[in-house]
Amino acid sequence: MDELKKTPLYEAHIALGGKMVDFGGWALPVQYSSIIEEHKAVRTACGLFDVSHMGEVFVIGKSAFDYIQNLVTNDITTMTPGRCRYAVMCYPDGGAVDDVLIYKFSDERYMLVVNAANTAKDIEWMKMNVMGDVEIIDESPLWAQLALQGPKFEEVLKAAGYEGEIPAKNYTFTEGNTVAGVNCLVSRTGYTGEDGVELYCAAEDAMKLHAALLAAGKDIGLLPCALGARDTLRFEASMPLYGHEMSDKINPVECGVDFAIKFKKPAFIGREALMQPKTRQRIGLKVLKGLAREHMPVLMNGVEVGFTTSGGPAPSLGGNYAMALVPADCPEDAVWTIDVRGRQLPCERVELPFYKRA
Amino acid sequence: MVPNDRKYTRDHEWVMVEGNVARMGITAHAAEALGDIVYVELPQVGDETVMGESYCVVESVKASSSVFSAVTGTVVEVNEELDAAPEKLNEDAFKNFIAAVEFTEINEDELMDAEEYEKFCEEEA
Repeated sequence: MDELKKTPLYEAHIALGGKMVDFGGWALPVQYSSIIEEHKAVRTACGLFDVSHMGEVFVIGKSAFDYIQNLVTNDITTMTPGRCRYAVMCYPDGGAVDDVLIYKFSDERYMLVVNAANTAKDIEWMKMNVMGDVEIIDESPLWAQLALQGPKFEEVLKAAGYEGEIPAKNYTFTEGNTVAGVNCLVSRTGYTGEDGVELYCAAEDAMKLHAALLAAGKDIGLLPCALGARDTLRFEASMPLYGHEMSDKINPVECGVDFAIKFKKPAFIGREALMQPKTRQRIGLKVLKGLAREHMPVLMNGVEVGFTTSGGPAPSLGGNYAMALVPADCPEDAVWTIDVRGRQLPCERVELPFYKRA
Repeated sequence: MVPNDRKYTRDHEWVMVEGNVARMGITAHAAEALGDIVYVELPQVGDETVMGESYCVVESVKASSSVFSAVTGTVVEVNEELDAAPEKLNEDAFKNFIAAVEFTEINEDELMDAEEYEKFCEEEA
């Protein structure tokens, strides 16, 4: 564990009894109490996650807008300062470099939040594609990021003495807020399928902010939550995870994030490739008996046609589910099974997302 | 507490022998390490088990783990309750067996008693 990178909250994880694992080179907890309890806390009350391993990459300069427009699939024309937008960075063949969240400060200053394991690769790609007056600055080590997720997140913020404006709309953010004297950028975003915010603060303030939120949430049902619950929550809400539902070999059209791909935009890297008719699609399967995980063969009418990209329990719905990549044209009445260690598990095709908050 | 009415394997399974039938399960230590158990892929009555080989898969939220048989023989009973309530293994792993096997072969020398098993767990940690 010693060679692993540590987030500014490492000591807090140890003190809370987190079960530490190697997560893409980072020492992070997979659970504190129980993954299912942590999952349910987020759905019914609130959960606090350390997501400081995520990368924060700033794009600064007169050409920042044009540069990002060319770099990602989504259209940032309609973004005003204080907004966030989900997008995908693609290779010319359409494969995904990464999926990112873009924060706009001004026409000349943006922040891209990228997946931890991809940070180095993303920055290399971003630098390779620089055009005009633009600078790519990796600020990842300077920032800590906490995700406060669940229906009672506002109550927790207020109990922690939040000063400032809580971003009212999804995919917006506010700056200059303080919690326990810590200056935070706060966005109404998350990766759990639940309402909530993500708070960015200076790395050295992370322990203070984390402790203040935990203390404030104690009587509100807040639990510290770890990677295990983060995965079951995003899985249940059917949000793609890079390396699973999307990758350099699974493009965003196949992944089904059409809302983040704007072909009306005249040019962006990967556009031509993504405009080709799609041959594969991501579908949802409810596993009627048994449990499937990722990379297991998926059979349609007894013939192998694809594979699972993620699979496991959906704790708030009950039962086990899987997402799978299969041919784009599949008959409605197809019979689906997943091959798990040679056993054919019966499945029922269901709509994505599995879980949608009321 | 590890009950002293049975024997233990180095793979954190327990085995309780009565005549030529071995009742087997996983230890509380194993259940704790696995975390929330969400599915148990049970063997079927009539299945053959082989000493040291997997006869069951326990699925926790995060991982699949094989459960190894302490004996060679034929499954004569399975704990069907685990099918609907796999969490029983988390609640009390020692009270909830997985399968009973009528055995033709067992290596008692390989098995530990409660005291030895507790020591084994301490050394492993």
